[in-house]
Amino acid sequence: MTNQEILEAVGAAFPDGILGHGEFREDLTLLIRKEDLLRIAGFVKRDLGFDLLIDILGVDHFRAAGRFEVVYNVWSLLHKRYLRLKVPAEEEHPVVPTVTGIWPGANWHERETFDMFGIRFEGHPDLRRLYMPDEFEYYPLRKDFPLMGIPDSLPLPRR
Amino acid sequence: MALDTLQRDGFLTTRLDEVINWSRKNSLWPMPMGISCCAIEMMATAAPRFDISRFGSEVMRFTPRQCDVMIVAGTVTFKMAKVVRKIYDQMPDPKWVISMGACASSGGMFRSYSVVQGIDQFIPVDVFVAGCPPRPEALLQGLMELQRKIAGDRTIGRLLHGEPIRIPAPALPPAQSSMEGLSS
Ligand code: SF4
Repeated sequence: MTNQEILEAVGAAFPDGILGHGEFREDLTLLIRKEDLLRIAGFVKRDLGFDLLIDILGVDHFRAAGRFEVVYNVWSLLHKRYLRLKVPAEEEHPVVPTVTGIWPGANWHERETFDMFGIRFEGHPDLRRLYMPDEFEYYPLRKDFPLMGIPDSLPLPRR
Repeated sequence: MALDTLQRDGFLTTRLDEVINWSRKNSLWPMPMGISCCAIEMMATAAPRFDISRFGSEVMRFTPRQCDVMIVAGTVTFKMAKVVRKIYDQMPDPKWVISMGACASSGGMFRSYSVVQGIDQFIPVDVFVAGCPPRPEALLQGLMELQRKIAGDRTIGRLLHGEPIRIPAPALPPAQSSMEGLSS
């Protein structure tokens, strides 16, 4: 299955679902609407055979429109190729539906993305922080977070 | 009692400090607080080639209650700092701390929001060992430095004057982060 065939198959099933696409080092990237994420994710898993979720990550573009983006890297054991799905999320309340129902392995990846970027995954079974302490109030991989952190936001034991 | 009687009966006169310090410094049981890559060099120090048992410190205990010196070998994050402090507090007095490597001593290359920039911010440190990672010889030298420090201690004098070996640790504020999920 070539990238062209993937693109055509998704395009045929979701005529206005694809906002854009690109190719990098022979891997296809599809920019899709948030509303279509669950259906397109289900489609590429069920009908195109992208059965293994490699990683989910967030991107902070730090621009006025479409500040955040969630990237899903999926791999097909059958076709031996990658597909990348990108979903934009707005700045104020970034929310994206969870794909744990489609790829159960998304659970901790989404928790990590939530922990680092504050992007909420609607319907996630257990959306807690993964790395930072529960009481931490910031999202460290956002571009407006200072490198050395916010003073006193992470309390140390007293000496 | 003449001197020759003393010698014949196997007596030895010395200072109490000397005996106590000598026995303390030659059996320092380490608490291996191996948090990241430095721990590999700490393990090498315990292995036959470098053989930390030459200095009486081969008994690495994984329970803090049997330990004398905590070797903090690795990158201490803010989240881990609470655990390090808790383990330190569980060690019985007298106790010492070796900060092994750049990370534990100063945050090392991890100049970032998540890493404590030096463990002396939350526990008293006796010896800092430089390096990333320090070679086993460096850790051994750190241990010998600690032994030298202990040998010069006024143990009895401080006991008589009621000075504590360590300033007692203040009571910890109630844990704010639930670490329960990690251990269960
Ligand atoms: S000082 Fe170097 S070797 Fe030691 S824990 Fe830090 S990065 Fe690892």
